[in-house]
Parts: sequence; structure tokens; C-alpha cells
Amino acid sequence: MKKNLITAVLMTVATTILLGIIYPLVVTGLAQVIFPKRANGQLIQKDGRTVGSRIIGQGFSGAGYFHSRPSAAGNGYDAANSGGSNLGPTNQKLMDRVKGDVASAQGDNPAALVPIDLVTTSASGFDPHITPAAAEFQLPRVAKERGTTVDQLHALLAKHTEDRQFRLLGEPRVNVLELNLELDERFPMNQHIARK
Amino acid sequence: MTANGWLQIFLFFGLVLLVTKPVGLFMTRVFNRERTFMDPVLRPIERLLYRVTAVDEDHEMRWTEYAISMLLFSLVSMIVLYLMERLQGYLPFNPQKLGAVNPPVLAFNTAASFTTNTNWQNYAGETTMSYFTQMAGLAYHNFMSAAVGIVLAIAFIRGIARRQMQTIGNFWVDLVRCTLWVLLPACIVGALVLVSQGVIQNLRPYDTVKLVEPMQVQKVGPDGKAAVDAQGKPVMETVTDQIIAQGPVASQEIIKELGTNGGGFYNANSAHPFENPTPLSNLIELVLIFAIGSGLTYTLGRMTGSQRHGWAVWAAMSILFFAGVTVAYWAEARGNPMLAGTDQKVSALQPGGNMEGKEVRFGIANSALFATVTTDASCGAINGWHDSFTPIGGLVPLANIMLSEVVFGGVGSGMYGMLIYIVLAVFIAGLMVGRTPEYLGKKIEAYDVKMAMLVVLVFPLVILTFSAISVVAGFGTSSILNPGPHGLSEIIYAFTSQAGNNGSAFAGLTTNTLWYNAAGAVTMLVGRFLMIVPALAIAGNLARKKYVPPSLGTFPVTTPLFTVLLIGVILIVGALTFFPALSLGPILEHLLMAAGKTF
Repeated sequence: MKKNLITAVLMTVATTILLGIIYPLVVTGLAQVIFPKRANGQLIQKDGRTVGSRIIGQGFSGAGYFHSRPSAAGNGYDAANSGGSNLGPTNQKLMDRVKGDVASAQGDNPAALVPIDLVTTSASGFDPHITPAAAEFQLPRVAKERGTTVDQLHALLAKHTEDRQFRLLGEPRVNVLELNLELDERFPMNQHIARK
Repeated sequence: MTANGWLQIFLFFGLVLLVTKPVGLFMTRVFNRERTFMDPVLRPIERLLYRVTAVDEDHEMRWTEYAISMLLFSLVSMIVLYLMERLQGYLPFNPQKLGAVNPPVLAFNTAASFTTNTNWQNYAGETTMSYFTQMAGLAYHNFMSAAVGIVLAIAFIRGIARRQMQTIGNFWVDLVRCTLWVLLPACIVGALVLVSQGVIQNLRPYDTVKLVEPMQVQKVGPDGKAAVDAQGKPVMETVTDQIIAQGPVASQEIIKELGTNGGGFYNANSAHPFENPTPLSNLIELVLIFAIGSGLTYTLGRMTGSQRHGWAVWAAMSILFFAGVTVAYWAEARGNPMLAGTDQKVSALQPGGNMEGKEVRFGIANSALFATVTTDASCGAINGWHDSFTPIGGLVPLANIMLSEVVFGGVGSGMYGMLIYIVLAVFIAGLMVGRTPEYLGKKIEAYDVKMAMLVVLVFPLVILTFSAISVVAGFGTSSILNPGPHGLSEIIYAFTSQAGNNGSAFAGLTTNTLWYNAAGAVTMLVGRFLMIVPALAIAGNLARKKYVPPSLGTFPVTTPLFTVLLIGVILIVGALTFFPALSLGPILEHLLMAAGKTF
């Protein structure tokens, strides 16, 4: 018993050093050398400033942008506070929230069915993607606000639509932040409209 | 449901089948102390570890010494984790200057949680734990609790395989070999593969980035709730920055899945793009969750000299897996009929279905699959919130845990859990033909069956007792987020998950309270150690018995009939115990949802 207790203490110390300190530091070193960009979160630089991470979503609600999904992370897209709404399927709060989001997404086309991902919160709270359906749904509005044609935007949308990985895994998706960044570059908004 | 969705599920399962034999064979060699190709590197480290920890590697232990060593190690490492959490403010690798984990009962709950391989989390990682605590405390326990589980399963298998012997191996040697040969090399390689997909691995402070479009959000008051003015209108503020949490994630993510631990680096767990960025990382994580549990069925066959028995057990697990994933996928793909004005139909442009609490890159198929796999095993990682699943979709993970997570199961714990059910199955078969039951040449007698029943009974006892207290007491019900039958599901899920050492949650329930922290810690410790000790007692007892050659009256454990009987025993024990509770929770909610009732 006493011998095993001593071993328990020594084993805890020795394995903590090996697995708790040496192992993660070795992996960190290797990752930083082999995949420096990915290991640090794929941050996007623009005009000398960091404007986001390629795989962390941001909230967009202006009419000239493609909107991302509703968020329950902190008070919205808080990437230091991940989380979902946890609302259950029969919770009235969920019905009310979705109803409100459906109404504002429909805008002046109240008959249109809104793609489900556009009115449901994601699991992380900063899902970087929307479905191609949700992007198509918003395309006429964005085209109008940006003073461009639907066809031109279609080409841009196609460029930022990722197919299933290896054509097999996951689901097709559109990276909202990258799409909107290129939107700003290619079709800058009239300042007057942007303020409105 | 789509053809592509099923293709992905079958691809996943094909990979699990593919790794079963190599993993099982490798573990057999490691625990039989045979040579492997890694010996030139690992053997010197192993010897060094024995020298500094005063281990005699030729010493063999009876089951009692094996159990005591396991308990002592768990106790000491749990205390160290508790101290680390409380003292992290004074420790290195803390760029966010996070203070002690408070209140102390939360630190205690977390220490119990990670020591028992549960990884139930009443905290959000990115706002609570320093990088040091994550690496040297939480990820460390991901290794050790997994290793403890695996070696316990090996000890049980040795008990079956050995004849007229008093001992079942050396706990310390098994533990070290499991860590060095099975877990560590796979994690170093696997972590880098995950980084290649975008899982981060750094020690930098959190980044602050300028939002492309500033956001209007509801202000959060000093009480942590959304602020409202005197008229009850929301108080808004403009946010221009986004703070992005960083950290050494990949090194923890990999062992979190391989060791079926499940505790997320971040609150959103494997839904967070930094933990699970792509469909490929998702597939890798899924296969890792089942890899060791599936491999152990091969080890069982190999070590006991009956490979067909190993596959018969594997078949029972596979059938239960497919039953679960089919129901969950079907329910989630159907969506929520009460969300008017939404398009939930599957098309080339969207997966449709119930997307609340799910990520677009995973869609419906991969979210339903993940929920099934993580609860078949005692993993508990999530890539979508189970609380927001449809009632039947959420029933599947809950029922999986209630069946004691023996579908591949937690690393090791799934195997010894399954062995308990096997003991019961051969006992029942023996009763039916009126002979003393035998299992692989060992007579199953009163002592073995009593110990097996102890394991089977402790589990529902602790779940139902604590759930019952929680639903009648104010300190229990005040934590509920979703009213109606769903609230009952939240509470039952919490105690089931902790008793089963799973760690996933119907996370709407506010569990960082004195009651849920304390009751949860007790539940986790009981669920772990009151299962392990009787299992070891059976192992020790079986090892002592002499071999009885099979006769005409022996119930064969290698046939499809055995597989069916085993599934029957698992389902009957689970259903008899939990059906009343399930009918008042998810089943009732499903019927009310169909009738259009909300709460």
C-alpha cells in the first residue's frame, strides 16, 4: 500500500512532465514550423490590419452584405465565448426568435421560404459558413444594394462556394467573411447607401 | 436523408472496421510485453520511468493490489488537478491572466470529471482555464484516464484468459505501456494531421481583430444578462472588435477523441472551428473515438484464443450503432415542423432539417452521426448541441448512454462494461438450458453474477435518485432552460451522462451551481469506481478458476445467436430501467411537438 502510494505520487509527477508539458510543447514547436498559418488561426490581414480569421465567422446585418447566421456566442459572434442557444425544439422562445428572423429575412417578399440555416443559431456561435441556398436567397438584395447585376454576383458567389471536401465529405458551403471582403473590394458600396 | 449522407456514414464505419484488427493486434502485443517496432525508441523511456517511480516491472499483482494502485493513482492525480486549477494564477502559460477556478466546488467537480474520463464541464474553457491547466491538467488527464480505462479492460481479459492464477498483471506497467505505445505516438502524429486541417496549436494571447462591419448587439449588464432599460427595451451597443481565443488546441483535441474523453478546449467543443475546422477533421475525430474500443474486441478475441468471439461481440456493437444513427439521422433530417416560413427541405444547395445548434459544414448527417458516436462511446465531445436536437434525435444520445455505453464504448470502459453484459447473457442462457453457465471455459458462478449485478444496479440507482431529487427541489428545477418535458430530459441527461462518464450535455441546464457541481462529482466518481472495482473482482475471480473444456451443453459465444442474445440482454436491462423516465421526457415531447404544442 505504502509502496504503491509512493509510486502513485512519483508516477503523477513524471507523467505530468512528459504528457502535460513536453508533449504539448513538442507538438506546438512542430506545428509552428510545419503549418505556421494554420497553427495560428488563419488570420486575414488587410491594409496592415487583422480583420478576422478565415474560419471564424463575423456578424453581418447590413443590406449590402451577405448575412451570416444568428449567433448565441456571448452577445453575438464573440469568439472568446463560444456556444449555442441550447433552445429546445418545443421552446416558445425558439419559435419567437425564428419568427422574427424569418420576417426580417423575407423583407419585402413575405411569401419566400427562408433557408433554415439563415434563421437558426450555429453550434459554435461563429459558424464561418452559410449554405449555398442561404447565399442565393440573399443575392438579389445584395446585388441591388451594391448596384451590380445578379449574374456578376453569381460568379463571385461560385468562387467562394466550397464543394464537399474531396467531393464527398461534409456539406457544400459559402464562407461569408471571405465573400463579403471580396464584395467590398470588387463592388464597393456607394457611401450614401452604406450609411442608410 | 440523402445518399451522400449515408455514404459518409458507411465510409466512417468502413474505416472503423479497417483499423479494428491492426489496433487490436498491436494492443495485444503491447500488453503481452512482446516486441514492437517502436521498442528501440520507447523501451529506454519506459525503463527510465520505472526507475524514477520505483516500479518493479516483473512484479505481478492480485486483483486487490491492482485495484488499490488504480485508486491511489486516481486519487493523487485528481488532487494535483484540483490544486492546479486553484493555483493557475501563479503558474506559467497564462497569457489571459485567468485567476483561480472559482468557486472551489467547480474546481472539485472538474477534477472529478477529468479523473473519471467523464469530462463533464460546468465551465467554458476559453474564459476559465489557463493554457497550463489545459495542457498539464486537463489534457494530461485525458491521457491518464484513458490509459486507466484501457488497462482495466486488459486486466479483465487476462482474468478470462488465465487459468488457476492469482494475479492479473501489474497496474503500473500496463499504465506506462499503454501511454507510451498506444496513446502518445498516435497523438503526436494525429495532432499534426489536425493542424493541417486548421486546428490551432499555439501559446499566444487572444487576438483582437477589427470587424469588417461593426455590429449592433444587446449590451450585457454587470449581472451577465442582456441589459434592458426601464421600459424593458433592449439596450444596444456597437461592437467593432472581435476577440479570438487561441491556445494549444490540437495536442488536446487528438487525445480528447482517441481517449474518448470529450472535454472541449472551448465551450463549443468540436463545433468550434478551431477544434474541428473541416469535414475531414470531423471524420478523423469520429474514427478516433471508436478506434480503440473497436480494436479491443479484437484484443479480446486474440487474448482469449477465440477470435470469432471477439467478432461476435463486435457485431453486437455494430448493430446497436446502426440502429442509433438511423433513428438520429431520420429525426434530425425531418426537422422541426413548428418553424413556419422556413425551408427545411433537403436540396443540392442545403442539407435542410433541424439546423438549430448545428454547423453548416457538418450539416445533418455528420451532426447526427457525431451525436450517436460520441454517446455510443463514452466520449462526450459534440459538434452540435444535443439540447437543440429534435426530441427523438436527442433521445438517441440519451438512450445510448443509458445502455451503459457498450457500443464500442469508452476506451476500456466499453469493453469491461460489455463483459459484464456478457456474463449476464451467458448466465441467462445457462438458466434457460438448466446448466451451470460457462464463458470461454470458465464457470460463471454466484459471486461473478452478484458482482455483475452490482455494476448493473449502481448505474440506474445513482441516475434516478439524483434526477428525482433535482426535479422536486427548487435548487434542481431553477437550472432548467427549456420548460415542459424537455426540462426533465435536461436533468436526466445530466445525471445519465455523468454516471456513464460520458460528459456530453443537454447544455441548457445551468449546472455551475452548488447542487449540480457536488451531486455531479459524486455521480461521476460512483459511476467510474463502483463499476471498475466489481469488474476487477470478477477478473480476479475468473483468473483463479480452472479451465472447463466445452461440452455439448456449453452455450457457444461465437455465433449469431449469441450476438442476438447479447443485444437482447442489453436492450432489456436498459429498457426496463429507463423506459418510464424516457416516456415522460423525449417521447412525450415528441408527441406534443407533433401536436404543435410549445412551452
